[in-house]
Order: sequence, then C-alpha cells, then structure tokens
Amino acid sequence: MYYFDHSATTKPDKVVLETFVKVNEEFFANPASLHVMGVDSHVLLSRARKQVSDMLGTEMNKVIFTSGGTESNHFAIHGLALKLHARGKHIITSSIEHPSVLESMKQLEKQGFEVDYLAVDEKGLISVEEVKARLRKDTIIVSIMHINNELGSRQPIKRLSEVIHQNSRALFHVDAVQSFGKYPVSFTELGADVLTLSGHKFNGLKGTGIVAWQNHVSFEPIIVGGGQEFGLRSGTVPVAQAVAFAKAMRLAFEKQPQMLEKYKQWNERLRQSMSEYKEVQILSPEDAAAHILTVSVKEIKGEVLVNALQARDIIVSTSSACSSKQTKISHVIQAIGVSDSYKKGVIRISFGTSNHDQQIDYFIEQFSIIINQLKGE
Amino acid sequence: MQWKEILIRYGELSTKGRNRHAFTGRLRDNIRYAFADLPKFKIITERDRMFIQPDDQETMDQLIKRLPNIFGIQSFSPVASCSHELEDIKQTAIKIIESLDRIDKTFKVTVKRSYKPFEMETNELQQFVGSHVLRTFQEIQVQMKKPDINLHVEVRKDAVYMMAQVIPGAGGLPIGSNGKSLLMLSGGIDSPVAGYQMLKRGVRLDAIHFYSPPYTSELSKEKVMDLAEKLSRFGASVKLHVIPFTAIQQEIQRQIPENVSMTTTRRMMLKIADLVREETGALAIITGESLGQVASQTLESLTAINAITSTPVLRPLIAFDKQDIIEIAQEIDTYEVSIRPYEDCCTIFTPASPKTKPKLEKVEFYESFKSFDEMIDEAVSEREIIVFPKKKQDKFSDLL
Repeated sequence: MYYFDHSATTKPDKVVLETFVKVNEEFFANPASLHVMGVDSHVLLSRARKQVSDMLGTEMNKVIFTSGGTESNHFAIHGLALKLHARGKHIITSSIEHPSVLESMKQLEKQGFEVDYLAVDEKGLISVEEVKARLRKDTIIVSIMHINNELGSRQPIKRLSEVIHQNSRALFHVDAVQSFGKYPVSFTELGADVLTLSGHKFNGLKGTGIVAWQNHVSFEPIIVGGGQEFGLRSGTVPVAQAVAFAKAMRLAFEKQPQMLEKYKQWNERLRQSMSEYKEVQILSPEDAAAHILTVSVKEIKGEVLVNALQARDIIVSTSSACSSKQTKISHVIQAIGVSDSYKKGVIRISFGTSNHDQQIDYFIEQFSIIINQLKGE
Repeated sequence: MQWKEILIRYGELSTKGRNRHAFTGRLRDNIRYAFADLPKFKIITERDRMFIQPDDQETMDQLIKRLPNIFGIQSFSPVASCSHELEDIKQTAIKIIESLDRIDKTFKVTVKRSYKPFEMETNELQQFVGSHVLRTFQEIQVQMKKPDINLHVEVRKDAVYMMAQVIPGAGGLPIGSNGKSLLMLSGGIDSPVAGYQMLKRGVRLDAIHFYSPPYTSELSKEKVMDLAEKLSRFGASVKLHVIPFTAIQQEIQRQIPENVSMTTTRRMMLKIADLVREETGALAIITGESLGQVASQTLESLTAINAITSTPVLRPLIAFDKQDIIEIAQEIDTYEVSIRPYEDCCTIFTPASPKTKPKLEKVEFYESFKSFDEMIDEAVSEREIIVFPKKKQDKFSDLL
C-alpha cells in the first residue's frame, strides 16, 4: 500500500516505538515519587520537556504534555477563557478550524462568551484586516490554525500576531498540529502566545501532544487532582509517552527542511498532472502547504475515488478523517465556496516521510487510468 | 541586514592598571568556555575593548542572547556591515535604527573613515546618513551632545561597519580573576544568591552540601545539584561536595542539649567546610546568611559559630532584606528550584525553640564531652564530588 493520508495520521517511527518500550521497561516509576526510581523518571521527564521547549523557543516550565491535539486545543481555549473571563468575553476564530476548536467555542458560547467566526476566501484564508477590525477591548483570545487540515491553506500567522498584539490585549493561540515537521514552527517564527501540537501527525504515537506557551501566558486548569504538570493537568504523567513525543518531535524537526523540499517537488508534479484533466479541480490554493493537495473530480463522489485508488494500492482520504465518515459536506469545503458539481468529489492527498519519488510516479500513472475509465463511462 | 561582529566594553576592567592583561585574558577564556557549544569564533582583544567575530548569523544570535550573563562585561554592541554602496549604507542605517526604541529619542551620526578612497568625505557621509534616517523616522531629533542613540559608521577597506545599540552586560569581574572560595549550599533561596554575588566579583566556586539520608531524600540532593548546575551557567564550572552528615547529626542529638544543638550543628558544618576548603585550595568560605533572618543568623549565633575557624567567612547577603534576595534569585533563575518543598538537613532536626543568643563558652562546654573529630574526618573523606556542568553522556541521551 502506498500511503498518502499523512494528515490523518502517520506511522510511528521505529525508534520512537523503541523509546516508548524502553522507557516503560526501565523508567516506569511515577515521576512524582520521592524514591530513586521516581527521581530518574522525573529527570527523564524534565529532559523531554526541555527538548520540546527548546525546539519551540520557550521556557521549560511552559510546556505540558497532553493526550493529543484535541485535548491540547481544548485546554488552550478553555484554560485561557477561564483565566481571562474577568477581562472580557469576546473570542475570535475562523470558520475552518479543527472541530476540537470549533466545538470548544460552542461550549464557551453556551457559557456566555461571544465568539466571532471569521469567513475565509476561496483560498481558505482569513483577512488580516478583518481580524484587526473585529478586535475589541474585551477580546481575550484569538485562535487561528497555522495550516488547514483539509486544504493546506496557510494563514498569515506572523502578520496576524503582529496585528493582534499591536491592537489588543488578546492572546493568540495557534493550532500547529498540521504544520509541525512540515514548516518551521516556533514562537519566534509565528509570534503566537500559545501553540498546540499532536505527536501522531509527525511519526509519533497517538495519544501524545503538548501545549506550549510564552512567559506572559497563564491558564486555569481543566483537569484537577494531584497537581501534576504545574497544576495545569492533574493525573500521573505518562513519562514514556512524553519521551516518545520529544523524540518524534526532534526527528521531525531535524528532517523538516529536506522533507519540505520533497513535498514541494511532489506537490508541483501532481498539480501539473492534475491540471491536464478538465474535470479535475484543484482546491488547495497555489501557495498552500506543500504536503496537502486537495482536489475534486466533477460529478464523482469522493468515496468512489478513494475506493478506485485503493484497488490500486493507493490510500487517500475524502477531506479530513474526522469528518470523512459523515456524509455531509465538510465545513471547510462549504466555507471556500466550491461549486455544486465539485462539492462531493473531494479527495485529499497528503504526503509524509513514508513517501518517495517512485510512489509519486505511480500515483500519477494510476490516477490517469482511473480518470480515463470514469470518463469513458 | 547582517550582523558582523560584537564589540565588548570592559568597564571596571580597564582601570586595573598593570593587571589589566590578566583580567582581559581571563575574560577571553571565560567567553570561550561559556560558548564551547557554539562553532568556533575569533576574539580580538584590544586595550579597552574586545571584538567577537562569529562566522554565521546563528552563532551571532546565540552570542547576543547569552553574553549578558558573562561577568566582566560592562556593555556590548552588535555591529552590522554592508558594502560601500551608498544605497546599501542607507538601508543598513535605517534597519539598525528601526530595531531600536525611538520614541522621544535624540540622535546623532558619528563617522570614521579609515578607508580614504571612499567616495564621500566624513562630514558628507555624516549628513547623508543622518538626513536619510531623519526623513524616515520623524519621531527622532538630532542632538550632538549626549544623544540617546549614537549611530557609529566606520568605513573600512573591506566594508562599512555600523552600530547603535548598546546592550548592558552583567558587570562585575571575570570569574576566576579573584581566586576560589567554597560556598555552603543548603538548597534554600539565599545560598545560591550568595554564590552568584561572589561569582560576580570574579570568585570561582566550589560548593558544599550536607546530606542526611534517610532524613533527607534523593530529591533534596537532586535539588542542590540543580542549583549547582544553575550556578555553573555563569561561565565557570562548579564542583559540588556532598557530605554524608547523618551520623554527626544523630550524635549531636544524643550529646548536646536541644536548645543549642542547632549552634553545634552549624559549628560542625563550618568545621567540615573549612577542611574541604583547605583540601581544595579555596581561600574563603561563602554563606547565604542574612543578619537576624533566623535563630542561627543573629550576631550572637554568628559569633559562636564563627569561633570555630579563622578562615574568612564571606557573607554577601548579610545586609539584604529577604525580598531583595528573592528578586535576585528570580533573576538568576534559582528561585523556582529553591522553593521545591523537600526537607533539608537544617530543617529536619530543628528544635522547637533554638537559642537566639547562644553563649560560646556554654556551647564549647557541651561539645567537650565528645570528640567529633573522627566523625568529621570520616565525613570529609567519604564525600561525593560532582562537577557541573555535567559531561554530556548520560543514560537518557539515547531515549531523546
């Protein structure tokens, strides 16, 4: 099988798995324990945390480990909202965020917060001017994703953070789940106040993630109990998961520049071959992230394409994994205004470290056969 | 814009007369030591200033970020370079000024033109650069005497060099220029700050810690090791001596009346510290004592404790308020470690009401029934020695 669904998840790197097993075998003690074994776990956990904070450019005590992207986003948004509600109750986000953000926002709306959902243009981009215009004195959070999971559109995060910080006291949360390991992600690179990452998107393990923030940010905890993770996320810290995350993150960080070059080449080749078919519309904008290419075939269901490609050992998905089992049209595809005849035929091709040049050749060849067959009918 | 080199001003060092050479050499070595993890760079030492020339921007950024921690530097300035093209000079000047705080600031341009074939005269270039900067930034005003921003432009043969920003350094003297002393490191807030103050005056540190297992845990030792590690970040290694102290403490509990046991404990600690000091060739002992802070830090207590040795005991915090000490601890990043809640050997045997005014004769009298010397020698010889920063290799490295 040739796997082109890396935005849904990736295969854990072998050395990450080895790390996970080894830590479970040798450093299984509770890092909060006073004894020697606990101290070892604690030191190891601290080292993992330091490795993560170093790569993102913040302090070591400004990172907590979570169970993944959804929990991280949930914690970031609820934790900030709870902390800052006395200052204001206005939040800005976009209409194409991940469900973990959008659903958190809906919860907050029920609690009396006011949320603005910014529309996106046909490229899937929000407007910096509109963000500026919507900022108010009582705006406490702006939450915008770096790279959209369904289209690959890249929001102008650096410019957004400048505008947000110059014009308000709001804190800027950036969901960087789809971008880490593909594009440079750090506090200096993006200017965000809070970043969230998920391990399994870059060859780490499912059930691992982090929230990181800059010095001036603080949160109200959501899960309380024994006071682990600086009191922000209680519960015995899974050291093996944390270390596996730190390892996967380092590997992805080191490979990022050369992988990005590859993704750009592959993206360009697929775009070129797709543009030859008049019934194929490329939905990902030209300047979108190179590792995600979303296209649509006229009057064909996405599911049919997935099955046809699968029969030829190629794995792709219809839009995002989170929404692909639902029959309704994804909120992102709705948001960018795709014409009716193309709405249903959306597939997403997403590259990762498991792909190589020959797989792209094969994909192009097989895709052409499928399209010609479908046309013939 | 490209940063080309960093100019370092010594401050107090330049006044050191004939010893100046030793001091600047020490500073150069300390800089090399502190940045051993970075790619090699060139250091040029002059009479009253020093230049660092890294090969790449990344090293440059690291240097700018970390130089404020190095003692013996009054201030430093990143120097940019550009070609002899006028347009290039203009743009570089604007970029430099752009990076500074300009609100209500005064400004001037100083030009030095050592490369004579350059197309403009000194005054001409001064006006050229000045007028472009003023046109771009309406908010700044020209002032020739004591301007807030002095943009230095130097035309050399290979390029034009420019700087305006002056970043304050840590001040003080280069570590090692004032010999070595032994710091008594308890794990509390004060002792690391005392160590820092002496580092700043050029003193190299060894540290001593009293460890009483099982009354104090592995974590409390871990904490002291972390503190020693923090202190080693100021540009010199720190050797930590961990003294097994349980037996002596238990003996004191048995032999000495409770209300003066604290004084005796301190006297034994000082005695051990003095032996270690002698062995390591340190000249003085440093403590974090602050007058009147606790029972052992009254003048009477200090007299009774200090009577055990004639070695100079340096107490840089003696006149500091607790709040001031906490502020420094936060600045030097030891506070968070110090407030970890583990028991240390001072808190565990604390009597309910220790004497605040112990009499030296009485303490000596109680101690005379039992000789602690043998136990002390044993504790000194069985001490564990750990050097910070630790060597890279460790059991976790292949996991991360």
